[in-house]
Formats: sequence, structure tokens, C-alpha cells
Amino acid sequence: MTTPSIQVEQAPSVQYLLRLGDTALILAQRLGEWCGHAPVLEEDIALANIALDLIGQARAVLTRVGQLGGQGLHEDQLAFLRDERDYRNATIVELPNGPGRPGDFAFTVLRNAMMATWFRLMWERLRESSDSELAAIAGKALKEARYHQQHSADWAVRLGDGTDESARRMRAALDMLWRYSAELFESDDVDSWAAANGLGPRWDSLREPWLAEMREMLDEARLPMPADSAFRSTGKTGVHTEHMGYILSDMQYLQRAYPGGAW
Amino acid sequence: MMNPAMRLAGDEQRAARAWDVLHTVLDPEVPALSVCDLGIVRDVVAHPDGVEVVLTPTYSGCPATEVIERSVIDAVNEAGLGPARVTLQRAPAWTTDWISESGKRKLREYGIAPPSGEAAVNQDRPIRLVPRHAIECPRQQEHRAPVGLRLHRVQVALPLRGLPRTLRILQAVVTL
Repeated sequence: MTTPSIQVEQAPSVQYLLRLGDTALILAQRLGEWCGHAPVLEEDIALANIALDLIGQARAVLTRVGQLGGQGLHEDQLAFLRDERDYRNATIVELPNGPGRPGDFAFTVLRNAMMATWFRLMWERLRESSDSELAAIAGKALKEARYHQQHSADWAVRLGDGTDESARRMRAALDMLWRYSAELFESDDVDSWAAANGLGPRWDSLREPWLAEMREMLDEARLPMPADSAFRSTGKTGVHTEHMGYILSDMQYLQRAYPGGAW
Repeated sequence: MMNPAMRLAGDEQRAARAWDVLHTVLDPEVPALSVCDLGIVRDVVAHPDGVEVVLTPTYSGCPATEVIERSVIDAVNEAGLGPARVTLQRAPAWTTDWISESGKRKLREYGIAPPSGEAAVNQDRPIRLVPRHAIECPRQQEHRAPVGLRLHRVQVALPLRGLPRTLRILQAVVTL
């Protein structure tokens, strides 16, 4: 027997928060794959801790989704019983950790730097949210995102301005990842509603400050600032890459196979 | 029937006793520190129907939060002050600045370098891409000299016992 999936309402407040919570949750799931595999012990611990912070943030946001939505859903139901099309994370976080198993450290470092910068800017704005619970979550998460940004940007510089091999891998990662950043700065009706009601900023309003910080980091890392691309990913509208199903089957297997299982 | 003044005094006394009890509840991850040393107990309020303990989680994903909640409730109940309940308060967010002076001393004795008291929260942006202060090793007394390692742009100090292997691995991945 399997547990039936749940469908989540389309209310813009719910959708706005799901985009945020799911983006944190899926990045955490990807970072968790490094546990036991990172190049040095210190990094193994760091990546797992970043993942843990992101899971904590996702739990808080999904809990808030459950409270704001009319369906009274629990964070676990939202995480484990939604199908792929009801997941609203930005596509960039669902991409595998780079070539090879468990992935490429340069790719992981660069994505973390891009995402931590984005999250930091986002949480800064969300501290002013009209929703006091979201503002409180943001106050805590902001401090965590700052550490994540510092850690990953340090590595990005060290690898970009490192050996020929580390620089080559950073350039390859940049080439793969950059086009997916466009989705982080696209706005639609959900954003307009959130901005009009004070819930949170339009995603496109984060673009300029994000680009400025990326430029600073890439300069320091002696990496080229990539050009804009016409490519647009669509994860936050529920249309994902082929990788998403595999993540969810790993993540959701237990609750689907053993409904309500706890230990 | 108890007059209001007596009840108030009784409430204060119960809250004070609950604080004493909480000083004995240890952090499951660093059992050298109590939850009070850690600064996560924000308030203790005695109500007519029990004692409310207000906790602020250290990190969003802290897996110990649920264990701490349980230990706090059990300890207050076992002291006969219950029924206890825990309220989680996210704002203002916890900072390492809330670790007490005795907590910092206990951390040092336990072998963990205590935070400086200037939490990163006070700065607008991450301090990055700049040399950092060397971190004082809590076991420094055991070494002849502190070990400073110039890691590309980052100055770090490592405990000696971990050094040879760490160095070997670092050399493989970064330019020293």
C-alpha cells in the first residue's frame, strides 16, 4: 500500500513560501549526498552542517505554509507526500552535484556560493515581512546564510585562483550553473501578490545586489563573469528536470512505503 | 483561598526554583554546558497551572532542540514544579553572544575555543576574501607554540594533534 499524494492550494501566499522552503529543502538534500564523501573531514562536516541549517529553514517555512494554508498540513506531509509537479524549488538546486559520484567539489562550492548569496539577500528582505512568523524565521536564517556565503565564497576564491586543475573545474562549473541563475530573478503573479501584501520581495528585485556580490567574488577568484543567457529554467512553477524524480524517490520512499512511519 | 500577594510571591519562588533546576539540564551535544550557560532559556514563567519555559533554538536545524525540550520538561516535572511546558521563541534569534561567561570558561575547559563575543550578526556583510584573525587553540597550553598556517588567503590555527594528516590532505587540494 502506498500513501496518496497531497495537492497543495494555489493561493499566492502558499506558493511564494513553497518556492522558498522547497529551494532550501532540495539544496539540503543534494548537499546531504556529500556526507562521508567530501575531500577533507572539515568540509564533510561543513557541508552536512549547511545542509542541516537548510533543512531547519525548510522545516520552519513548510510549517508556516501549513499554518497559512487552509488544509492544515504538517511539514512532513508537505515534504514527503507532494509529487514532483507540486514541488516549487528553483531548478538550480535539483541539478546533481556535478560530474562524477558523489559529484564535483568545485560545482558544489560554486552553487553554494550562488545560493547562499541569494538566500542571504532574500532573508534580509524577509525580516521585514508583514508575516511576523516569517520575519522571525528570516532573522535566524539570515545569520546562517551569512556563514554559508562566507564559507563557500572563500572556497570559490581559493579554487578559482588556485591550481590549473581547480581553476579549470571552477570555470566548467560556472559554465554549467550560470544559466540556471536567471530563474532566481524572474517574477510572476505570485511575486506581485507577495510584494503588494508585504509578505516578501519580488524575486527580480534581488538581481542587482546579487550580481554585484557575484562580480566581486568572481573577480577575486579570477573567474570570468558569464554573459546572460536566454535559457530559463522553470522549477518554481513545478516543471522540473529529469533529476527531480530521483531526488524525491530517495527522499520520500520511507513515508510512501510505510505511511506515518517513525523511529 | 490564597490572597493575590501570596500567590505572586509563590509564583516568583516557583520560577526561581525552576531556574535552579534548569541550571542542571545539560546540552546533549556539549554536556559541559547547561541550557542556561548556552543562553537559550529566555524566560521562566510560573502560571497557576504549571511552569512555562521559553526557549530559543540555537540553529534552525538543530537536531537537539527536541531532546532539550524533553529534558527541560522532565527536569521541571521531576522537581515537582510542573506540569512544565515549553514555548519556542524564534525572535530575537539566538547568538553566541548569549553564552554566559561561565559557559565560555566551561567550553574552553572542554576543549572548544569559545566565541569571541562579537557575533557575526553585527556586521552588514560576511567577512570574506580577507585575512582573518588566527583562532586561539584551546589546547595551546599543551603545545610549545601556536601553529599558524598560511592557507592561501586565510590564516588559521589548528590543534597540533590533527596537523600532519590535515596538512597532507590540504596540500592535495589547495595551493598553500
